[in-house]
Amino acid sequence: MPPADAPAIQHPMGRRPIVPVRSFASINEQITAITLHPPYLRNWWIGILISGALTGLLVLSIGWLFIRGGGVWGINIPVNWSLAIINYVWWIAIGSAGTLISALLLVLEEPWRNSLNRFAEAMTVFAVICAGIFPIIHLGRPFFFLWLFPYPNVLGVWPQFKSPLEWDVFAVPVYLVVSVLFWYLGLIPDMASLRDRATARWAQVFYGLLALGWRGSVTHWARWRRVYRLIAILGVPLVISVHSGVALLYAVGQIPGWHSTIFPPFFIIGAVFNGFAVVAMIAVVLRHAFGLDQLVTLRHLDILGMVLLATGVAVGYCYVMEAFTAWYSGDLYERQTLWDRAVGIYAWSYWGAIACNVGSIQVLWWPAARRSPWILFAVGAITTVGMWLERFMLQTTPLYQDFLPSSYGVYWPSFWEYSTLLGSIGLFFFLFLLFVRFLPMISIFEVAEVVKDERRSQAEGGR
Amino acid sequence: MMRTEATMKAEEWQGALVAEFAEPDALVTALRRAREAGYSRIDAFTPFPVEGAAEALDLREGWLVWVATGGFLAGGALGYLMQWYLNGVNYPINVGGRPLAAWPAFTLPAFEIAVLFAVFAAIAAMLYVDRLPRLNHPLFELERFGLVSRDRFFLAIAPTDPRFEAEGTRAFLAGLGPARIDQVPR
Repeated sequence: MPPADAPAIQHPMGRRPIVPVRSFASINEQITAITLHPPYLRNWWIGILISGALTGLLVLSIGWLFIRGGGVWGINIPVNWSLAIINYVWWIAIGSAGTLISALLLVLEEPWRNSLNRFAEAMTVFAVICAGIFPIIHLGRPFFFLWLFPYPNVLGVWPQFKSPLEWDVFAVPVYLVVSVLFWYLGLIPDMASLRDRATARWAQVFYGLLALGWRGSVTHWARWRRVYRLIAILGVPLVISVHSGVALLYAVGQIPGWHSTIFPPFFIIGAVFNGFAVVAMIAVVLRHAFGLDQLVTLRHLDILGMVLLATGVAVGYCYVMEAFTAWYSGDLYERQTLWDRAVGIYAWSYWGAIACNVGSIQVLWWPAARRSPWILFAVGAITTVGMWLERFMLQTTPLYQDFLPSSYGVYWPSFWEYSTLLGSIGLFFFLFLLFVRFLPMISIFEVAEVVKDERRSQAEGGR
Repeated sequence: MMRTEATMKAEEWQGALVAEFAEPDALVTALRRAREAGYSRIDAFTPFPVEGAAEALDLREGWLVWVATGGFLAGGALGYLMQWYLNGVNYPINVGGRPLAAWPAFTLPAFEIAVLFAVFAAIAAMLYVDRLPRLNHPLFELERFGLVSRDRFFLAIAPTDPRFEAEGTRAFLAGLGPARIDQVPR
């Protein structure tokens, strides 16, 4: 095998291929082999056991909450909205980058997306599942969650559609369904590959059913391409609407520190930033674990590092503008909340967010850092923690001291709130490990397309 | 009338002649030549979308955009009307004299429902005209056809084609320089 990211062929114009040129068959064999003849099964089982145990912790935490009620959490008046909502916003933000890599970059025809989109979409689906748990369990009476949906009932009562809480009831399930369909549509041709490569009977039947009888007809491809692009075009405004809806949960409330028009773009930029950080981490781990360095190349990591840097700088700008609008508003309470953020008892979350999200990414200005997988992984991990701190800061600082000093109060999360967060991370890893084991983690035919284009541009003597 | 895979019954492919190519460009050239020779019940099979192949078969699938647009408009209208009726007519709550049917607040759920309907409509229309799911197909009887999902490109001419002749069509396909020619069992 050539060394990692060897410059396969130097183009006259100095342009290097995104994916090293090789035969279609070798790409197909490499990716299908991971699913059909899984390497490192022992490590996979260890991962499944650990993440399964954490998922059990999630079930236990939710069970205890349902038995004992909301009192097992640390929330109370005035901080009555906390870790559940922080985790919800954090998870759904992580999900959004998968849609953007897949959909926005498909519409923009960026060939580097084709090595990343499959596992980024999986990340989206699993992150949205993790996110979706929290709004339901944070209800005082979760067993009445069905009242959120507009269904005819004997009470004669309907939901209030003028509330951003109700918008989320539509936004999140639709986002989940559309993400799953987009993911599956992209998987169909690869399911056919697995069906045709499989030798075990169960695999032939399992992938054969999922492939729907796909046989690569040009007619089918022509329609598939139309529909795939159509969903991508719809997916981009969808993800923006979903995350704006989340931001409006805050902005529509009249609490100082929340009641601001910059929230929707602020949240979307933070979401893209955090999502790309997680995609970069997953890319580093998968290419290391499965020897995918010829498919997810250092060039991909370089691009991910640049996107992370660009969105991180934009997040830094949002922090500055948030402080500026609070000061410039001249409003006493807005300024007090800003002051509480900087020097109050939760100041660690404010400065922690700034250090993690704006400070740590500065290393990415150096190309060598972007092309060093483990530095990129570390920056991704630090910013993921930083974004959680940012959500904590945004959520808690306005509530613990709002208007009346008589209603000031302090909040500290309880064990069961932290265990729910840890459990949701376990659930994410559990689902992701199942995905890595049973589905192709890189889109086979889309990488083949990139290689085909690279071959052509080589034949034409470079672009 | 040009007919391809998806508009033909699966049974029509029994006894079809299938030429196998190793390169996508060779397949596109072969498709064009087959069209010029007057064959009309043909299709090609590829591991990934090949530029020029759909054009060689005169496929115009732009109508799917209109299906999705129809779904979008229907979903949006339905979503908006639902909110308007429930909050404005059936169960009005007066909060500080604010408008009962507040259209700006209704746009976000209406948009989500519109996207959902558009995606469902597009995928359902695609599967319907593709005649998928269909797990069995005469072409799968060919042993080599499994390579279509890996790295091989196939051109198939159905025996129901008016210009199909057992020997003549085989000779024509051989003239296109394929890697090999197979016949689907009847």
